[in-house]
Amino acid sequence: MKKKKKRKVGIVILTAILIFCAMIFVTPIIFTMCNSFMGSSEIKANYGMIFETTDSGAKTFIADKVNLKFIPDKVSFSQYITVLFKSPDYLLKFWNSMILVVPIVVLQLAVACLAAYGFTRYQGRVREIIFFAYIILMLMPYQVTLVPNFLVSKWLNILDTNWAIWLPGIFSPYAVFLLTKYMRRIPVSILEAAKIDGAGEWQIFKHVCMPLCKGALCSVAILIFIDFWNMVEQPLIMLADEQMHPLSVFLSKINAGEIGLAFAVATIYMVPTLLVFLYGEEYLVEGITYQGGLKG
Amino acid sequence: MKKPGKERTKKNTEIAKIKRKSALFLAPSVIGVSLFFVLPFLVVIFYSVVNNPIQHKFVFLKNYINVWNNAAFRLAAGNTLKFSLIAVPLVVILSMVLAFALDASIPFKSQIRTLFLSPMMVPIASVVLIWQVLFHYNGVVNEFIKFFGGRQIDWFKSDYAQIVLVILFVWKNLGYNMILFMAAISNIPKEIVEVAQLERAKKWQIFLYIKTRYLSSTILFVTILSLINSFKVFREVYLLTGDYPYDSLYLLQHFMNNTFNSLDYQKLSAAAIIMSLVMIVIIGLLFIVENYYGKDLIE
Repeated sequence: MKKKKKRKVGIVILTAILIFCAMIFVTPIIFTMCNSFMGSSEIKANYGMIFETTDSGAKTFIADKVNLKFIPDKVSFSQYITVLFKSPDYLLKFWNSMILVVPIVVLQLAVACLAAYGFTRYQGRVREIIFFAYIILMLMPYQVTLVPNFLVSKWLNILDTNWAIWLPGIFSPYAVFLLTKYMRRIPVSILEAAKIDGAGEWQIFKHVCMPLCKGALCSVAILIFIDFWNMVEQPLIMLADEQMHPLSVFLSKINAGEIGLAFAVATIYMVPTLLVFLYGEEYLVEGITYQGGLKG
Repeated sequence: MKKPGKERTKKNTEIAKIKRKSALFLAPSVIGVSLFFVLPFLVVIFYSVVNNPIQHKFVFLKNYINVWNNAAFRLAAGNTLKFSLIAVPLVVILSMVLAFALDASIPFKSQIRTLFLSPMMVPIASVVLIWQVLFHYNGVVNEFIKFFGGRQIDWFKSDYAQIVLVILFVWKNLGYNMILFMAAISNIPKEIVEVAQLERAKKWQIFLYIKTRYLSSTILFVTILSLINSFKVFREVYLLTGDYPYDSLYLLQHFMNNTFNSLDYQKLSAAAIIMSLVMIVIIGLLFIVENYYGKDLIE
């Protein structure tokens, strides 16, 4: 009896600690969102000094310390209105992000589906070696893979174009690895049954294998999307023209004059990933789970 | 009666047919990967042992020695190593603890999971502002320290900078790793734990001798994953401090970016190969350790 009570107290304490930690984890996100509803003068007053540059003409109203505020004194949509209607630069960069990321997600997925089927349908020695090479490649950091990518882009004369980011992205082995792991769990008998019914390989792939992988496709798509939406290294190296940079890189170049808009831009940039998260959390969790291990 | 020999050859041709046809499915990916990763990597190896891309004079290890003796490379490698050595074990342990905590029967489990997972979804560029507000010299964290009688710390321009980076890294990666561990924990065979309990095994014994062994392949995977992610922390540094950060934040990617800018292919190639060798050695070692520790398990 006593032990049971002790256990209950333990659970309550554990829950409290976990909820507290979880709250701390989301605070930065909530802050950003709340602050996006501040008028730009309020932002300058509160955070201006972080971004203060050499020109100090209008420094008088800047507080001497940073005020972190949850709730704005006056809720205003002026940041959003400026970003959306008055300064097209941000929307342009947002559009750049979209243009860079969406083709990679779609085409990487397409290439990976095919390859995963190839790795699943027949598992000989050569294929296992290739698959192992994919894993090694997947484990290499950007610092390594960007060098070969850069060289090819230079030879193909596609540096400073979106192709230099698209093509290496499309052939990145990450999705192949995940989808192969998933497809290999499909019982062979299902595919064989379709074969006996007279289906060709393409038909088996299209009508049997793909429908079974729908969930996996969603989760892999989400994972690729997050990864590339965050990209920083590739554009810095492949795209010399800053006008082509995605918002992820551009946001860091916000200067004192535009600090009033920063939170609104940051929030807008979060929206696609948050939507994906809200609608696809279960898929995402499932997708992470497939990875399980590198073996088997 | 059918002849067994004929049956077998028929089956063999059938398999050969599947093999041939499914190879077509592999083709786009294999061609792309060869073109963008494998073949140029061979060229990278070639570049790393010649004097320059035009003359192609063989110089053996000279480029490697140059890179190795380069002060910037040493600084970058040292910082990256230091960061990985602290951040990776920390995030692996914390996420495992968190996964075990969430394994207990507590209320709001899925909501808590969602909250821990959310930092991974948010683009770094979006939250960088908040981190700047928090860790600015006159920022919130320093106010807090002052309140308790401590001294202000210039977070981004001192050796404390790596601490901020570790916090950011854990914040970003904890949720993802937690999910991996949660899945693995739910796969530990319950019977074995029950038997151990009947045999009056203590809790820590069950944890150490049973649970961690079943988790060993996940620990390996999470460690490797975190290691790779620790190389990506350049993003945070770049977004927080730009091209030229404080010395303790100068990472390998900074070194690579500068070398890209000067188009020094020899240095670039040698550095990339040194890094890939180091990665392969580390991953190989992790695999060996895991094989030794996690062997003879009944699945």
